[in-house]
Amino acid sequence: MVYEFDWSSIPGALPILWDGMAVSLEITLIAIVVGIVWGTLLAMMRLSSIKPLSLFAAGYVNLFRAIPLVMVLLWFFLIVPRFIADLFGLPPNTDLRLASAMIGFALFESAYYSEIIRAGIQSVPKGQMAACQALGMTYGQAMRLVILPQAFRNMVPLLLTQAIILFQDTSLVYVSALADFFGAAYKVGDRDGRLVELLLFAGLVYFVLCFAASMLVKHLQKKYQPA
Amino acid sequence: MNYQWNWSIFLQPTVVGDTTYLGWMFAGLQMTLMLSLSAWVIALLLGAVVGVLRTVPNKLLSGLATAYVELFRNIPLLVQLFIWYFVMPELVPQSLGDAYKQSHPVLQQFLAAMVCLALFTSARVAEQVRSGINSLPRGQKNAGLALGFTLPQVYRHVLLPMAFRLIMPPLTSEFLNIFKNSAVCSTIGLLELAAQGRQLVDYTAQPYESFIAVTVAYVAINVVVMTLMKKLEDKVRVPGYMGGK
Amino acid sequence: MIQISHVSKNYGSFDVLKDCSTTVSKGEVIVVCGPSGSGKSTLIKCVNGLEPFQSGEIIVNGTSVGDPKTNLSKLRAHVGMVFQNFELFPHMSITQNLAIAQVKVLGRQQDEAIDKGLKLLDRVGLKAHAHKFPGQLSGGQQQRVAIARALAMDPICMLFDEPTSALDPEMVNEVLDVMTELAQEGMTMMCVTHEMGFARRVANRVIFMDHGRIVEDDEKEAFFANPRSERAQQFLAKILHH
Repeated sequence: MVYEFDWSSIPGALPILWDGMAVSLEITLIAIVVGIVWGTLLAMMRLSSIKPLSLFAAGYVNLFRAIPLVMVLLWFFLIVPRFIADLFGLPPNTDLRLASAMIGFALFESAYYSEIIRAGIQSVPKGQMAACQALGMTYGQAMRLVILPQAFRNMVPLLLTQAIILFQDTSLVYVSALADFFGAAYKVGDRDGRLVELLLFAGLVYFVLCFAASMLVKHLQKKYQPA
Repeated sequence: MNYQWNWSIFLQPTVVGDTTYLGWMFAGLQMTLMLSLSAWVIALLLGAVVGVLRTVPNKLLSGLATAYVELFRNIPLLVQLFIWYFVMPELVPQSLGDAYKQSHPVLQQFLAAMVCLALFTSARVAEQVRSGINSLPRGQKNAGLALGFTLPQVYRHVLLPMAFRLIMPPLTSEFLNIFKNSAVCSTIGLLELAAQGRQLVDYTAQPYESFIAVTVAYVAINVVVMTLMKKLEDKVRVPGYMGGK
Repeated sequence: MIQISHVSKNYGSFDVLKDCSTTVSKGEVIVVCGPSGSGKSTLIKCVNGLEPFQSGEIIVNGTSVGDPKTNLSKLRAHVGMVFQNFELFPHMSITQNLAIAQVKVLGRQQDEAIDKGLKLLDRVGLKAHAHKFPGQLSGGQQQRVAIARALAMDPICMLFDEPTSALDPEMVNEVLDVMTELAQEGMTMMCVTHEMGFARRVANRVIFMDHGRIVEDDEKEAFFANPRSERAQQFLAKILHH
């Protein structure tokens, strides 16, 4: 007997799946924005000559890169609700899973972004900083006006690729039973006894999105290849 | 926050009474190591083959290898895991699927997890192998061919030994990744390190101690692997080449 | 020994080789020269099938290189080649570099292969370096090892693809000396090189190429005394000014 596919539960589930996708994208977007901002700060700290700052950044990055994302998420689902509930005096049963996931992802991804950004900053020739100083710019001005713009141009493909990985990683919020796209697909499949179809459908959707995005990144890379 | 720390919890016997909670942690650690190492061996072999195929002068073979890499790179690991665990047994020939479903549940989880991690990682290894081969001077391949080596011999004796040396650093990070990624397999119920940590939280109500212990274990794996790989890297370093003596 | 007849090769609309014909007889030394991009390196790589070509025929020792039925590995095992960038295998010691192809391609015993390799290493004056790795030798030394590696296969002829152009000037002569000696012993050689002194000393014929064509194919004396084409005259003038 060959398995008989029955895709009929998918059309009706599309609104739920779409809501799930919105959650996935929301987490991805927040994590990208926070990740790049906080990652840039971490990278600058890491490269700075002030020892405590560079030590802190190195410790932060190495710690997060040594721990599985699943563990990080579990940690944040444990800590964040207590912490935020205490801080804002929320009732103890407030659902803070989405907030926890966002904070967890953002802080975790910052570690990875900071490594990309650090490499980007280091790829700018040293003479550029010397030239800025010779022109009388402060360190901050030099970074903001000269070094970072060049560094980011070199990094764009890597940052985007990391964003695709991040989008895939958001499926791990499954551990908190949060209904992201994958969580929604799993729930529908489980409910209708059509797990096979729903899982394959989820895989297909992720593949199409990520493959298209990675092709786009490749295309951009070719087009804007730094000379 | 008034949290009662209790580190002695690890020495207490578990509710089930089979061992101490520390024993559970070690069982989880053992599972993580077994799973990751077996998957890594497969990933390395498979990745080398696929990576080589991506560089061969044959459109069909290199196209297939590219498709393989793209397939495994563009679907989240968790989704792949669930497909291996829930979907594949339904789609393979029934006798095979039945044999799988009748085997021990832990074996089922382990097999699905191992195959999933191995194939997922092999696609990433393949990319590294390909870039390693492509970064070698083109003349190396010609020199091998000119000496009468067949193309497989050129790969075996000339290109791969150097390519693998060149890609040691990224391979190390893929090796580290496989341990971290193995934590995803807790989602299908495999009692590896992260799953034991969660189980401990449920049984002991001492979440911080449990999570700290698990986290420390992962950091320790990280440090050990990095140290070993650094040793290996020094050992295979080619004299007079790339920082060698 | 080597017959090249009407060989053409193009990448799309760009002609790399256009209707090239020449022959190399046993014991002859041919120097191929010409400006960069003239196709001389491509031509010599066609001889042992490292570069495919679209039309024409190359026969080496009775075997057609372009024939899809030809076992190229077998053919190449007996055609020595020396490259511009030496192309020793960096992860193997000099001894291993000399022995590996003898063992894996010719099926010789390891001891026999090492013996033979060391003898040839001695011949190029580098016996003391047998245990070292390529990265620990100078360019000139590496190229001499590369020549010894090719000779270890008992080649019926040798192809040299700009063997001295990646070398520092003070190392050029040590390599040319080895090549000269080889030529005087009667090895059949086809050398792409700009070393006109070497050509004058040992070449039987000189081939001058430009834009993928063989423009001149002359006895050495005739070529140097009176190159027929203007391009060859200009080229020689430039080279000799160095």
